[in-house]
Amino acid sequence: MTELDGLYALWYREFKVFLREKSRIVSSLFTPLLWIVVFGGGLGSSVSLGGTNYQAFIFPGILTMTVLFSSIFFGLYIVWDKRIDFFKEVLVAPLSRLTIFAGKTLGGCTDALIQGSLMLAFGVILGVSYTVQMVVLSMIFMLVLASALVSIGLVIGSFMESPEGFNLIVSFLIFPLFFLSGALFPIDNLPSWLHAFTTLNPVTYAVDGLRGVILGISTFPVMIDLGVVAGFAAVMIGIGSIAFSRMK
Amino acid sequence: MADFSVAPEHTLGEPVIEVVGLAKKFGHLMAVDHISLSIREGEVFGLLGPNGAGKTTTLSMLATLIKPTEGTAKVNRHDIVKESDAVRRSIGIVFQDPSSDDILTGRENLYLHALMYGVESNVREERIRDVLRLVDLEDRANSQVKTYSGGMRRRLELARGLLHRPKILFLDEPTLGLDPQTREHIWEYIRRLVDRERVTVIITTHYMDEAEHLCDRVAIVDDGKIVALDTPDKLKQMIGGDIVRLKIVNPNLIPIKNLPYVVKVEQTGGYVLLTVKNSSAHLQEILSLVGNAESVELRTPTLNDVFLQYTGHEIREADAEGGFFERAARARSN
Repeated sequence: MTELDGLYALWYREFKVFLREKSRIVSSLFTPLLWIVVFGGGLGSSVSLGGTNYQAFIFPGILTMTVLFSSIFFGLYIVWDKRIDFFKEVLVAPLSRLTIFAGKTLGGCTDALIQGSLMLAFGVILGVSYTVQMVVLSMIFMLVLASALVSIGLVIGSFMESPEGFNLIVSFLIFPLFFLSGALFPIDNLPSWLHAFTTLNPVTYAVDGLRGVILGISTFPVMIDLGVVAGFAAVMIGIGSIAFSRMK
Repeated sequence: MADFSVAPEHTLGEPVIEVVGLAKKFGHLMAVDHISLSIREGEVFGLLGPNGAGKTTTLSMLATLIKPTEGTAKVNRHDIVKESDAVRRSIGIVFQDPSSDDILTGRENLYLHALMYGVESNVREERIRDVLRLVDLEDRANSQVKTYSGGMRRRLELARGLLHRPKILFLDEPTLGLDPQTREHIWEYIRRLVDRERVTVIITTHYMDEAEHLCDRVAIVDDGKIVALDTPDKLKQMIGGDIVRLKIVNPNLIPIKNLPYVVKVEQTGGYVLLTVKNSSAHLQEILSLVGNAESVELRTPTLNDVFLQYTGHEIREADAEGGFFERAARARSN
């Protein structure tokens, strides 16, 4: 019971902080909107891919990007928490490390999912007509992806002592994950070296899956995409649990 | 080295903390060097020493935040190494640095703490109200912590430390960085907690006055070792007299040293420091023998004198070099 209460407390804290820091939400949506409106709109005025408007084509990719950035950068807050003694206060509580990790992950997933949902809603302006099934499936994709990426962010955060260090490591990770995911281009006719990278990148399957759900075009079957992302999440959550249980 | 593991008879209550040969090594640095002590229920116990003496490290080990290199301790009859969960449930801790969430209100901070420490849902609201009243924060409970003053934050953290009714409350430098008036208020609050909640309090401090005013017993810590341990009064009695400080050029010290009531004679930079029994009766004789003193100062000993006697240096000297953790932090950021 204590563990469940503790889990709720950790989640509640992240959620409250997220709601109070409105600037977090605004700034995290600003960049993706620029990509869609300016980049997508600009390039889309002369490019279309397989009968789909370019702006619409990258929309699932930018949706993934929103989740990617907010999830991984969630780990930054743990670095801040460590700088003040707040995190010590959590570590000294009679809670298992697994609970602490789970609470933080749930908090991060909630943040990411709220931001993802706001972006998803923006799709209506771009002319996407959603069905209930599309919304539910998109949410599942975003949640599973977020749980994997929040875990990565937390693991990096748990090892780093300074925000600068965190940013450095994360930028080496986050941009390759984004650019090699097919968020901005179709992955069917790539040169072989690029094809290899995109196939190995788990984020590719999230983009492909969301594109399949929202636009009905995908390279792999949607359920295969979901399976790969879920497998990725399982591995990352596992690594995160181990990292937290060993943390001092 | 003296064995301090046996508490004096006059302190009431059963031992709630028993430390045996506790040691912590960081690399080659012996931060805590095999200390043993015993703390009884209802005591306010002080670890007094300069930054870097090993006070916070000792506290962190007792709070199960770090593991000892050697030795162990029982906190509320639970072993800190083998039963860390049970220890954590018995203790409250207030850290040196602020540890409440700025962006949440005081009440929300307490609520989260209550959840994490397993305070039963039917008493949660009541406990939160109680501790808020105890530290006089009822009227500010619904403001975000970032609007609090330094003293209010400390009070909130004291309240939080007590929320789950711990048997033992650890306070790491409870008044660090606060102004004198606020510090006295905090001492009052701590006293109030001890009286009303019957907790045992262990504080670390490098403030002599804090140890003197707040603590029932004080352990003087230097270089990871306990060099003296007793009540503040008894520690001061160990000096063996009052302190007479003379400003004097070319003092005639030989007759002074032979006086039966002069316990100790020291000479430092134009000053002579004498430790004198029953000083008011003998001051006249001393002054007639020593020569022409420019000024005379007579005072009862402070814990600073005790510290000086046992360690050979003042607490402030070591202060300037910074604590162990500060040194470590600097090394890391370089």
